[in-house]
Amino acid sequence: MMRDVVAVGVGSTQFGRSQWSLLKLMSEACHEARQDAAVGERQIDAVYVSNMGTVRNNRQAGLASALVDRLNLVPAAAELIENGPASGASAVKHGVQAIASGMYDLVLVCGGERMQEVNGLEVTETVSYLSHRYAEYVYGVTLPALAGMFARLYMDRYGVRQEHLAMVTIKNHANGALNPKAHLRIPVTIEGILTGPDAPNNNPPIAEPLRFWDCCPVSDGAAAVLLAPAELASEFRPKPVLVAGIGQATDWHAVQDRPEPTDLMAVRLASEKAFSMAGMKPSDIDVAELHDAFTILEIAESEEAGLFAKGEGAKALERGETKLDGRLPINPSGGLKARGHPVGATGVSQIVELVRQLRGEAGDYQVPNDPKNGLAVNFGGFGNNVVATVLKGEF
Amino acid sequence: MQVTSSNSPESGMSHSETRREGLLDWDTGEMLNPEEVRMLPELEAMLRPPEVPQPDYPPKMITLASGEVMVVREARRDEVDTLRSIIQPLTWLDRDFYDIVAARLSAEVLAWKVHRVRNEYVLVGVIDGVLAGIVNGRMFDEKLGVSYHTVTLKRGLRVGSHLFAAKMEHHIEFLNQDEVLIVAESPIGHRRWMIEYPLDKPEHEIQHELGGTPSHVLTRETYFKAKPRLVSGTRPVPDELLAASNVIKEPDLSAMLVQVEDTVEARI
Repeated sequence: MMRDVVAVGVGSTQFGRSQWSLLKLMSEACHEARQDAAVGERQIDAVYVSNMGTVRNNRQAGLASALVDRLNLVPAAAELIENGPASGASAVKHGVQAIASGMYDLVLVCGGERMQEVNGLEVTETVSYLSHRYAEYVYGVTLPALAGMFARLYMDRYGVRQEHLAMVTIKNHANGALNPKAHLRIPVTIEGILTGPDAPNNNPPIAEPLRFWDCCPVSDGAAAVLLAPAELASEFRPKPVLVAGIGQATDWHAVQDRPEPTDLMAVRLASEKAFSMAGMKPSDIDVAELHDAFTILEIAESEEAGLFAKGEGAKALERGETKLDGRLPINPSGGLKARGHPVGATGVSQIVELVRQLRGEAGDYQVPNDPKNGLAVNFGGFGNNVVATVLKGEF
Repeated sequence: MQVTSSNSPESGMSHSETRREGLLDWDTGEMLNPEEVRMLPELEAMLRPPEVPQPDYPPKMITLASGEVMVVREARRDEVDTLRSIIQPLTWLDRDFYDIVAARLSAEVLAWKVHRVRNEYVLVGVIDGVLAGIVNGRMFDEKLGVSYHTVTLKRGLRVGSHLFAAKMEHHIEFLNQDEVLIVAESPIGHRRWMIEYPLDKPEHEIQHELGGTPSHVLTRETYFKAKPRLVSGTRPVPDELLAASNVIKEPDLSAMLVQVEDTVEARI
């Protein structure tokens, strides 16, 4: 990388169901990031926007140009990055590249999605467009269906049980309850979702073995990061966070074409590249935000990213290692499961949450292990395009 | 003329006081004369619908996803004022059709309190004494039930779904009815009842008492097919838990409104 790049300001809206327009949500997140950076009236060179479904869901095209106008940032350059659920981290990557190359100094990255403007069936349909058109979509395969099949096989191969999936839900909802901006601030119990007499009705099947509480909500929301070269960091707020490494990899589109469907190759390769670029290894990570759109994914990604050996993620959960006060807290913000999943915002919000943790400014959900390094894994499609980002709080 | 019987619960007076003091015309402040007093039961008899004896709904308890235990029990007429006061703010909430549901429910429970609707029942869901939801309906006749409304004050935990299922359980299993007529006023209701059960469309169009679209119907067959998936709860409810649900506490108003509105803006 030619120049080191730091996050100097972060912002996010409350996630949930919003009556605001997508532009208004994104503007709020951007204002917060700019205020956080104490950027003042300084001109921003470029705005990178991540979003997946605004043309269909909100009848808005040219979102990046519209946002620049709304924020009164004209004549900043503006780009829209659509990379499915990995759009957010892709946009951050492009922002980092632009600064590292010397092309720009100050880049605002904003991810946003307003999914509840249309009904749930339409949203599920839009998200299903991510699947392979002729091998999956035409057969009615939705993302929850792919995740259900993946979970069934993963559980069979690696001894993951329904209890482990419930542990992810319980942990992430407990964390989300502490995060004032989380979509679902509802703590849940093992009795309520798995073992009690009423659990089957509280937690009906969605795509077995995945049940209702194994799936993330459909959320509206936005998140923003202001990036600058490290050499200019002192001009902004204290405690900049270094974007130490970014890796990206793809995998075969149709899951059936992968040599081993339980291997998330793109997660493994993207994480390896990010660690290599950062000059770090998985054991250096103190806190992680993983893409738990479905509970099984948190377990699988934690293994593929190298945080645990294959088949050990569920055991680490059992030992409480990934809890807020564990050895390696995963998804202290609540993750997609509880913080919410406004698709285009998710990758950016993972970075926002890690920056808050590395600065020690996460409030009630601050991890107590004095974290220095964080990992984000943003999982696009059903794992066919993944971006991993390593952040460093001290550099 | 607005009158009240002095042995009504509102007055707090005893029967002996009634005999001694008679009845008061609230408009004039005058006591009613004996002839007027004699007419009152006759008037009331003309206005009050005859009721078919109705089996009670035995209380049950449901453990929610949060681990909280919700007691579902029949409401009492002396609780109606409390129920109406709790849902009153929702009658102005233009969100997910809460306004129309709360307004109509408020009128329906009032009609039940003053005996102006035949064979209505009201069930409440109570968590740690705090009201979490209300459902109501009535027997049209011995074999046909009519579902009225479902209002949830605590969202995100399938409280409404559990209470609606309890209502269907009451109609089919305790009132021993063959069919229940159901319409939905909100997309959420349509999804939860019409699609999730799924309810049938009768062969011949039937107009539900609430008006609106032609009615859907829950049959005994549909109910028993859906029961394992949708009807929850355990009986009997331990005495202590039941007693704790007996005095309804109002939910915190602002927290309830934020919960019910369920938007990013409401939380801000």
